Amino acid sequence: MPALWIQNARVIDPASRRDAPGDLFIDQGRLVAPLSAAARKRARRIDGRGLVACPGLVDVHVHFREPGQTHKETIATGSRAAAAGGFTSVVCMPNTSPVADNSGTIQLMKDVIARDAVVRVHPTGCITVGMKGQTLAPIGSLKRAGVVAITDDGECVQSNDLMRRAVEYARMFSLPVMDHCQDYSMTQGAVMNEGVVSTRLGLRGWPHAAEDIIVARNIILAEQTGAHIHLQHISSRYSVDHIRRAKARGVRVTAEATPHHLALTEEALAGYDTHFKMNPPLRTEADRQALIAGLRDGTLDIIATDHAPHTDYEKDKEFDYAPNGILGLETALPVCLDVLVRQARFKLSRVIDLMTRRPAAIVALPAGTLAEGAAADVCLFDPDEVWRYDAKAGQSKSSNSPWSGRELRGRVRTTIVGGKVVFADGRITA
Amino acid sequence: MSWQRRHLLTVEELTLAELEQIHATAAAFKRTLSRNMRKVPALRGKTIVNLFLEPSTRTRMAFEMAAKRLSADVISLDGASSSATKGETLRDTAENIQALQADMIVIRHAAAGSPLYLSRFLDIPVINAGDGAHEHPTQGLLDTFTMKEHLGSLRGRKVVILGDILFSRVARSNIHALTKLGADVTLVGPSTLVPAWFTHLGVKVSHDLRGALADAEVVLLLRIQHERQAAGHFPSLGEYTGMFGLNKTRASWLNPKAIIMHPGPINRGVEIDSELADGERSVILEQVTNGIAVRMAVLYLCAGGQPEQVSPVA
Repeated sequence: MPALWIQNARVIDPASRRDAPGDLFIDQGRLVAPLSAAARKRARRIDGRGLVACPGLVDVHVHFREPGQTHKETIATGSRAAAAGGFTSVVCMPNTSPVADNSGTIQLMKDVIARDAVVRVHPTGCITVGMKGQTLAPIGSLKRAGVVAITDDGECVQSNDLMRRAVEYARMFSLPVMDHCQDYSMTQGAVMNEGVVSTRLGLRGWPHAAEDIIVARNIILAEQTGAHIHLQHISSRYSVDHIRRAKARGVRVTAEATPHHLALTEEALAGYDTHFKMNPPLRTEADRQALIAGLRDGTLDIIATDHAPHTDYEKDKEFDYAPNGILGLETALPVCLDVLVRQARFKLSRVIDLMTRRPAAIVALPAGTLAEGAAADVCLFDPDEVWRYDAKAGQSKSSNSPWSGRELRGRVRTTIVGGKVVFADGRITA
Repeated sequence: MSWQRRHLLTVEELTLAELEQIHATAAAFKRTLSRNMRKVPALRGKTIVNLFLEPSTRTRMAFEMAAKRLSADVISLDGASSSATKGETLRDTAENIQALQADMIVIRHAAAGSPLYLSRFLDIPVINAGDGAHEHPTQGLLDTFTMKEHLGSLRGRKVVILGDILFSRVARSNIHALTKLGADVTLVGPSTLVPAWFTHLGVKVSHDLRGALADAEVVLLLRIQHERQAAGHFPSLGEYTGMFGLNKTRASWLNPKAIIMHPGPINRGVEIDSELADGERSVILEQVTNGIAVRMAVLYLCAGGQPEQVSPVA
């Protein structure tokens, strides 16, 4: 592998507070000090003019569907979608078939990852056996097998006692517990946010209170046990408020927001388009603004995509019957640039921080930095290129994206993992 | 003005002019119903498929009757006999119906938005015969048609819709039709079944039955679907009847000329006293008959027919 010399980029590294024009040097898979003149002559040069060079993006919430649902996505295709979106480290949810509630399944995933993945893919394990919310999964064995967190994502542990034991137990292994916050007794048959729009459309409403109650429960348990609970894809403004007050008291909770909850509201459902059906549902403009405010003041820690592939024929259904979820990896950066940088006036370095160093820290990955000596995971993007996203032409096996066919501004040009160019100018090169 | 619309998916999307055109055309068809020769040749040679994936008696029979009066050929499928039970998707079922040369599809479906979904890929007209808790446009059109027959213009008229509003597609179609026609609409029922969100649709929400019924000219009752979704939203049918059932005393609060309506099926003794349902103020069976005329109008217009001229209402 030749050394790489990225020239004349705007280098942004939130970890070292760097945001200045400059060069990056990569040798032996690591970021290194400026190469000698002789070494520069042999290095492969990448022209960074007009581009931002930042740490490879990190996403702690993706669904790669392998094993068992490989008609939707595989570790191969999912990791290629990640590379195309500038992501170099992703964390897979365990709701595969079978679910990842045992070390054997984790080992299988790791074998496939070693064989097929073009970016760093980290598995999570289940909190409960079979993700059924009844008995604890072998969390210690899962940790030993290499999971970076435990979660029943897609399901939410309903028993307060079981959740308490889970976080107490996981704390012993320094494993964060991630929770999809939803009180099922309040969301039977629910398919969208409860409110004016659901009333008009005659669709069953998913009240924000069902999220808020579990968020409050998790805050209480984190406070009582001292364990770290990570609150997945927060959508409600009341939840943001609960989290803000908990953090002021020093409670160990972290929280994520998805690009789609930052960019879209329930108004998008007027035509019953299943590409806007996800869980938690899109909510109101006031909720959307509260999520942005939460990211601004640090109440919400990170951006995570909840990349959730489904085939065309699965999504092409009556709204009530279509599965929840949309793709996220290939559109996350331009969508966040649009909503957070151009509309909400966040500093670009702040948005990169929310998508690199901070998510890496939540699951304790040695990623999200351009420090010398760190693994050379780099994303190079043009913040101003306008392009039309076609989900069918993308790297994911599925194409269930509400942004398909839409013009986006900001495009990933090159993705480097461990010093190897894995994506460049629209193509996977790994 | 000519009729442009190919599908009838909602009342919400209709203009006031379109609504009036449907009513005027229905009035003309209603006159044919009392003739000796009741069939008109308007849709001769056309085939209409009624795809009823949710149980229905009245609506399905009225659509069949309407199609037959228009001389169309009719095929009716229900959920049990359709391929849905074999796992076929709605899209595939509908595309097969189109490939079998149907000229129009009338759909009843438990999932809101299904008729709109079909209209996006079918070339033939799609008529919504009720989609989940969303809309039941022909019911809203026939209910307002019936109200106009009794009251004339509905502008400023006080209409109460009483019962399970939350889960009712009939309520939503009536709300849209009545607000377009200028009526003063109040929704009444238990707070769990009549959430305040509905005020955003241009109607009032009340839980005070006496205040709402005072001087109302129309009360439209809705069935309490206690065996279905509404379970858990209120304590019992007995308590519902005690708080919101329409009985003689409560009916006396209405305007003396008020009419009592119900889209059926009625639960006698629950939302309405049996005697009132059969009483002289009840227009429940007129609604059923008007359902034929209104559906004839809708089928005829969406098949490309042109509307009767709307005469100004006195």
